[in-house]
Parts: sequence; C-alpha cells; structure tokens
Amino acid sequence: MAESETTVSLLSKEGALQPSESAEEFLPYFERLTEDDYRQFFTDMSVIRAFDVEATNLQRQGQLALWPPSIGQEGAQVGSARATRAQDHIFPAYREHAVAMIRGVDVLGIIELLRGHTHGGWNPAETNFHLYTLVIGSQTLHATGYAMGVNLDGACGTGNPDTDTAVLVYFGDGATSQGDVSEAFVFAASYQTPQVFFLQNNHWAISVPVSTQSRVPLYQRSRGFGVPSTQVDGNDVFASYAVTAKYLDDARSGRGPGFIEALTYRIGAHTTSDDPTKYRNSDDLAYWIERDPIARLEAYLRGLGADDAFFAGVREEATDFAADIRRRTLTLTSPSVDKMFDSVYSEPHPVLAEQKEWLERYEATYADPAAGGN
Amino acid sequence: MADLTTMPMAKALNAGLRKAMQDDRKVMLMGEDIGALGGVFRITEGLQAEFGRTRVLDTPLAESGIIGSAIGLAMRGYRPICEIQFDGFIYPGFDQITSQLAKMTNRHEGQVQMPVVIRVPYGGHIGAIEHHQESPEAYFAHTAGLRLVSPSTPNDAYWMIQEAVRSNDPVMFFEPKSRYWPKGEVDLAASAAPLHASRVVRSGTEVTVLAHGAMVSVLLQAAEVAAAEGTSIEVIDLRSLSPIDYGPILESVHKTGRLVVAQEAPGFVSIASEIAATVTERAFYSLQAPVLRVSGFDAPFPPAKLETLYLPDADRILDAVDRSLAY
Repeated sequence: MAESETTVSLLSKEGALQPSESAEEFLPYFERLTEDDYRQFFTDMSVIRAFDVEATNLQRQGQLALWPPSIGQEGAQVGSARATRAQDHIFPAYREHAVAMIRGVDVLGIIELLRGHTHGGWNPAETNFHLYTLVIGSQTLHATGYAMGVNLDGACGTGNPDTDTAVLVYFGDGATSQGDVSEAFVFAASYQTPQVFFLQNNHWAISVPVSTQSRVPLYQRSRGFGVPSTQVDGNDVFASYAVTAKYLDDARSGRGPGFIEALTYRIGAHTTSDDPTKYRNSDDLAYWIERDPIARLEAYLRGLGADDAFFAGVREEATDFAADIRRRTLTLTSPSVDKMFDSVYSEPHPVLAEQKEWLERYEATYADPAAGGN
Repeated sequence: MADLTTMPMAKALNAGLRKAMQDDRKVMLMGEDIGALGGVFRITEGLQAEFGRTRVLDTPLAESGIIGSAIGLAMRGYRPICEIQFDGFIYPGFDQITSQLAKMTNRHEGQVQMPVVIRVPYGGHIGAIEHHQESPEAYFAHTAGLRLVSPSTPNDAYWMIQEAVRSNDPVMFFEPKSRYWPKGEVDLAASAAPLHASRVVRSGTEVTVLAHGAMVSVLLQAAEVAAAEGTSIEVIDLRSLSPIDYGPILESVHKTGRLVVAQEAPGFVSIASEIAATVTERAFYSLQAPVLRVSGFDAPFPPAKLETLYLPDADRILDAVDRSLAY
C-alpha cells in the first residue's frame, strides 16, 4: 500500500521541504514549529533508536525474554506524540517506545515488562501514557471508553486549551482486522468521542502483509463508520506531527473522533523471535530504508545549518541513554512474590490470601538450616 | 427498624440500581435496549427517564464494545454497570472480560481499580430459544480477578446489587431470570449482608444441599417434601460463586456428614465440581457419603420443550439425597 497523491507529506525522502497538495490544511500546524522543535524531534528519534538497538542486544544476550523493535517507525511515533498536550491520554499497543519516552515514562519500565518482572511497568496516572496492551486491538475500546468519560466530564469542547482533553490510541495494520477496532469505531462515532485513532501501517502483521488485512487503503476503513480520516507519510515526522496536531485539536474542540493512517515500515523483525527473511524480500526493505525518518530529517537540518557538533552531541546523548538502560537493566532484581498475589483484586480475597500463605510456608520448608535463614 | 415491602426480584433490582445511582453520581448503566425500553426484562425501567441519557446509556449492539468501553470509563473514574442481554450473548465480550477487565488491576499492580459490574440474566425455566437459557458462570469463575455472585431472593437482589456496585473489583452479577417475577419480602432499611457470604436458608440435620440462584427455590421445595417424609435437609444458598464462602458449608457438612450440590449448569468442570472437590479435601473425615452433584447434562441446553428433563428438579434432588443417605 504505497503512498498516493492523497498522502499528506511535507518532507521529501531526500529531506527537502516539499508539502504535498493534500498537506495544505495541516500547514499551519507545521508552521508553528521552531528549529528547536525540529532538533528535539531529531534527538527523540535518535535516542529511541539507540534504545531499541540496545534492547535488542540485551535480548540477544539473554537479558530479555523478547523485544519488539520500533526501528523505522520513529517518525510516526515522535511526530504524533509531540502533538499531544499534557492532559491528553495515550493508549499504546506495545511498540510505542518513542511515545512512552516523550510522555515522560521511564522506559526501563518497558524493559522490565519484556524481562518478565512485571505485566505493567509504569503508573499511567503519572504521564497519562497507559500500559502496553498485548492482545491486538483491545486497547482501542479502552481508549474509546475513556474518551466517553472525558465527554461525560465535559472535559472537551470548552475552548480551554489547558484542560480540553483528547485521547490518542495506537494500533497496527493487523489490528484493523480485529472486531474490537471496528466496535471502537462504532462507539466513537455514536458518542462522538474526543479521540484520535492512530494506525501505524508498518505493512506487516508478523509475516502477513497488509494486503491480506485489507483490499482497500486502510485510511478509508473508518469512513464507513462515519469517522473522518487522513493518510500521512509516517516516515515524515513533520507531516505526522501536523496531521496529529490538527486531529487532536479537532477532538479537544468537541468535533468528534478522527482516524490517521501513518504509512511506515517495520525495518526490523516483529520481535526478536521473528525471522523476516522467511517472508519478505530485500527490495522492499531497501525501498523503505531510503525513506528513513531520521536520515531525511538530518538532511533537512543540515540544509538549515545544523553542524557536525550538533549531530555528534545527539549521538552522544543517544549512546549515553542506551548505556544507562543497559546498566540499570543489569541491576534489576527479581520481583517479590507479593506481585503474584497482592493486586489481583483491590479488596481482600480469601483464596489468594490462603494460597500466598501456603506458598510462603512451602518455600520455607526448603530453607537451608545451615545457612541460619528461614 | 425493618421497612418491609413485597416485590419481585425484577423490581428489587430496579430499586437497588436506582439507589446505587442516587448514592454515587459516578455510577452509570450501559447496555443494549436498557434506555427507553428498560431492558428486555425491564430491570432498568424508568431509570433513563430519571437519570438521563448519559447515565443510562443505550449502547450499540456489541458486547465486546460494551465491556471494553466500560473498562475505559472505569479508568476515567466511572462505575459502569453493564447489562448483557442474555447469558448466551456474553461470549463476544469474553476476551474483554477475561483478558482485560479481570487482569487490569493486576497489570497495574494495584494502581488502577476496575469497579465494573456485569449483570447477566441467566438460567432456564423460561421456555426460550437457543442461547437464552444458559448458565455460563463456570467460565468466569475460572478467571482470577473477577468476583461472581448470584442472588436467589428479591431481598438479596436489592442489597447485593448495591454491594456489587460498591466493590472496587469487577463483579459479575448473575441474575436468575426464572426468579425475576415471583414476589418476596424486601427490607429496605436493613444493612447489607457481606457480598461474598453463603447462608443457611433452612436448617436440617441429615443431609446438606446447596445451590445458587434459581436452584435454591428447587432445593427448598425438595426439603419441604423430604420433611413430610421424615428426612431433615439443611439448605444453603451459595450467593457468592467466586470466592466461595466455605465456612457455613463446612460447618453444615461437619453436622450432617452428607452434601448434595445442585446447579442448572452442566456438571463437567463446574462450580459444583469445585465445591465437591474442596469439601472432600477439607471435610473428608466428616463425610458419610461422597459429595454428589446434580447438574444439567453435558449437552447443549436443549430446545425448550425438553428443558424440564434437562434441568434438575426437586425429584432429582431427592433422588440424590436418597443416594447419599444409602451410603
């Protein structure tokens, strides 16, 4: 599913600012960005790519059970995440590492999740970035329900930019085939939720190409549900920002839900357990590597006068970030057994209390008396 | 002081829901046809007119959508009460119930609560078509993170629905639809009994029989017949299916030495199986006979003309009581 004349783009693959005709209504959102913002986007993308590489290495060295890399999708993620405001709520799938970082989540939490320390990893109340959801598409309904609650609270459409709230939900091309995503569109349209559906079409649901999920471009999917949509070049961080900013503004203003399809590509494997050489060809990969979101922004920034010192500084920041993640990963200690029992319910539960106590007594029978412990 | 009034369970649930909504403005109802119509069983009758269309929400016809969006509403601080129209229609929502709702608090390590109630009219004896007479409670009892209860009387229905709404955990509230219309006494001034307590509803000495929901009235009928024949049966209303309150059950079994567990659901891997196993483990030396189960058959719920053969009746209970006494 290649881009067409309807695809919104601002930055060409060579890094030249060449807005598509379809970009016109989104230009004001791009124009409010400064060169500092461009540099921030570049740093975000570079840091999270280093994080992804480090996490993949950690998995290969036996430190993580699994890793789902986001390499190649940084433009879509950084652009959309930078368009959110503090009060907005974000419901991710499980590959939105850049979004997590930008929202202020300590991304070591993602490492803990993939290392088997937790099913969560952070407290969404601190950043409004909700937990990863591993069942494909389920989170779209949680986001829709949350947005229904925002509506009930009267927390959108008041004209107050500091409190009007939107909900942004991420999912992938595979998820569009799930019933939950269709139901989320139905509920969102019926209740006119302040919500943006953000699809990263990375072209592969593990080994199944997007052509098996849909015979028509996916951005058209929501229109039958009454949810307006736009297709954007997801490897263009500026276009991703501008389109998301407009859709979030519309949602916060009480104009109802919208849907963005960001065309991107999963440069790496689905996860470290996957082997893309079994199902996709290198021409395809080469086509998308030419459209790398980081390389094209680097070209643009150099054109604006960014010098080697800037890029060296970003590289150093990214390397330090990754090294810090490695260092902290290796100091993680095993979770307490409390984690298994204590928060299954919010209120006391006799069965779990009994089983926890039993396990403690049972484990104690294996204690080494010679060691003096219990 | 007691404030007694007589009403059917359907009205008691309606009154309980109204009270819950009056007590907490975050409580809201959502489901198919629950607004102007008042639900296919009229349990929510009049509530949309009283509380408005935003607190009593007619939803699109999509069970996963209802449960999934209720999860999001709970995250935002609401306390949604979802109505599933019929027992057999719950399965499109199964994933959102078992993989999301049930696990959400655990996934958040206690930082998020899920005060969601799912009301499920369930069970047979109403002569309905396929998917309208099932007892799916065991599927959900198997899932950690859910609480399951089922009232058998109007008074319990009135109080238990309010307690379920007050719970900060997800509660599946199974309503025995064949008991919606028989009237009973409701004490509007009482204080609520603990949600997860089982209860002896008829004292006896020779055999303990227990059940939940509509089957409790069948047990009482059987106990009456047995009493006339000189056999003393103790009847326990389970009330809570997860967790199960074993205290009164074990106390009764220690006294009678015999236990018969009845249910409308198929017997294989069921609530009755679980109770039989646990009571055998914990009261082995008190038992004079194996714990016997009286269940629906392990066949799909049959066409309605056959339902009286499928569902345990007082005679099948008494047959099991006789078999227990014969050991």
